Amino acid sequence: MTQRKIRVMVAKPGLDGHDRGAKVLARCFREAGFEVIYTGCHQSPEQIAAAAIQEDVDLVGLSCLSGAHRHLFPKVVELLREQGADDVIVIGGGVIPDDDFKMLYDAGLKAIFTPGASLATIVEWVRNHVVPRS
Amino acid sequence: MYFAEELLDHSRELTKKWEDEVRKIVSTVPDQKSRWSTVSDLEIKRLYTPEDIKDMDFTRDVGVPGEFPFLRGNQVTGYRGRHWTFRMFSGMGTARDTNRRWRLLLREGQTGLSTAFDFPTLMGYDSDSPRARGECGKCGVAIDTLEDFLALMDGIPMEQATTSMTINPPATVLWAMYCAAAELRGVPLSKIGGTIQNDMLKEFIAQKTLMCPPEPSVKLISDTVEFGAKYVPRWNTISISGYHIREAGSTAVQELAFTLRNGIEYVEDVIRRKGLDVDDFAQRLSFFFNSHIDFFEEICKMRAARRMWARIMRDRFKARNPRSWWMRFHTQTAGCSLTAQQPYNNVVRTAIEALAAVLGGTQSLHTNSLDEVLCLPSEQAVEIALRTQQIIAEETGVANTIDPLAGSYFVETLTNEMEAAAWEYIHKIDDMGGMVVAIEKGFPQTEIADAAYAFQRQLEADEKIMVGVNKYKTAKDQVIPRVEIDDSVEMEQIERLNAVRRKRGHQAVRRSLDDLRNACKKGNNVMPYCVEAVKNLATVQEICDVYREVYGEYHDPGYY
Repeated sequence: MTQRKIRVMVAKPGLDGHDRGAKVLARCFREAGFEVIYTGCHQSPEQIAAAAIQEDVDLVGLSCLSGAHRHLFPKVVELLREQGADDVIVIGGGVIPDDDFKMLYDAGLKAIFTPGASLATIVEWVRNHVVPRS
Repeated sequence: MYFAEELLDHSRELTKKWEDEVRKIVSTVPDQKSRWSTVSDLEIKRLYTPEDIKDMDFTRDVGVPGEFPFLRGNQVTGYRGRHWTFRMFSGMGTARDTNRRWRLLLREGQTGLSTAFDFPTLMGYDSDSPRARGECGKCGVAIDTLEDFLALMDGIPMEQATTSMTINPPATVLWAMYCAAAELRGVPLSKIGGTIQNDMLKEFIAQKTLMCPPEPSVKLISDTVEFGAKYVPRWNTISISGYHIREAGSTAVQELAFTLRNGIEYVEDVIRRKGLDVDDFAQRLSFFFNSHIDFFEEICKMRAARRMWARIMRDRFKARNPRSWWMRFHTQTAGCSLTAQQPYNNVVRTAIEALAAVLGGTQSLHTNSLDEVLCLPSEQAVEIALRTQQIIAEETGVANTIDPLAGSYFVETLTNEMEAAAWEYIHKIDDMGGMVVAIEKGFPQTEIADAAYAFQRQLEADEKIMVGVNKYKTAKDQVIPRVEIDDSVEMEQIERLNAVRRKRGHQAVRRSLDDLRNACKKGNNVMPYCVEAVKNLATVQEICDVYREVYGEYHDPGYY
């Protein structure tokens, strides 16, 4: 039996339009053999959580460069939990000050990637931490 | 350029000898890499010679400053009459916070203002919208009503200072606020000067502050062009922007081509929809380019842009007034070239990029602060960035003579090559039926995504180098102070908005919004209705909701 591919959703919460990194990463995930859903910009946390559940993804990668991550990232985790999807791994990236890391990890994010993180590092992290659901 | 046959023969002979010499040396000391290219991946030769520019025609392709084809600049006297405008893009927190920063910059010798709005304002939402949570005042100044705008302009001499506003879907609203503020301060519209970015096509392509679909978005832009031509003659009603296209990851040629093709689209729309003569409005079109780290590529891009636009305006649109042939542009150094690692290095990058912009003949310049990759700029960082421009202007001597790189075999060749490659894109988009159609097909978006991905791959393969990122890394990073916008700004701003809502005349607001809605439905120019609505203290979102209702909403299709 062939194992299911890793399914990831790359999502842009909030009003931020800086999507270069998110799109490069989405394409990189695809080339790494993952199944990729990219939401496009300007998704509310509610839309992201609903889409993640509907698409049955293993991981949600949130990208935010506007400074609103402190509000938006924990909200996505919270909404997934509320809807019984607490097995979906949530990671984040963007312009995130070190001082905010603890708050985001406490909220349930599993990894934060900031400028300079290589695509290879991120792909490897996903391979090491995500076991695709059967 | 004309060279005597004798000279060309001699050049060929010498070049051949030199090539033999190169082969000999490379066989023992190989080049550090096999392929040398610009940051945009244009391949560059080891040497350029008269052979490369022998087909250029001096009158047709080069000329003198202030004359067609404007390769060497618009201004007859270059920078001797006046420097480019030192215009720092700035906005943070509340209107009062931003006003304080503006006054600081003016005291330090800034010569023009430039407004950064926060995301809710940029997207046409009020500070109390659920969509605005967490974003208020973070990336720029929060503006909800005319009252905020008046606080922003407090003590700013509106009849003297020119103000640029980076605002796109709600451009009509913020410009209406500027006009209303001027009127309240007793400054006639004929005296105010500035720029609204108001370039929606590049939003669909790159920056993604989105509201309505492309077609009605272009209609709103044509409304502003018409209103400006009639009532606000010193205002640049569009800043046709390559900056964000480049930041999204395009190549320099794509930036050049898509920006100019967007310009063509706007000119065509105003002529078709408003029936204006091209010479009635062409002089108020302005442009905005990125200055990236590849020094010569940027200079050549700017030189090519001026020459191409002159050709487009004269030959494609048959503009007769030579002023209509001018491409006037603002430049910003490349945010995407800066690194979070070793952030002090960003001062050096910005200085080089600013120098390229000046050698490319920019009319106006923003220099990024070293910390902009991490946060909003601190006062100290923004001062260094402003001083960078002042050092270039006052100390280096590069402004002594006009277009000093003209005639260089390399610079002229690269300028020609970039122009030729950009024409190819423009013709391709013409064949598709124009930029709106191309955007609907996802063409420019996909081209840019391809280029962004290719660059990232090159970076990861160490084919391209960013110091501190994939070479010359340090274990311990430089720590710099970071400006943070406190979450309390949001509460403060919502409180202010609520106070305005309580005190304003509700019937007047409703009536002016109804009038605006009718104007939208009838296809009338929205600007007079917008001015009336903001005077009655209608909010940014209330006006934008009318647009959304009549014209529909557009969502990012998420091409990647």
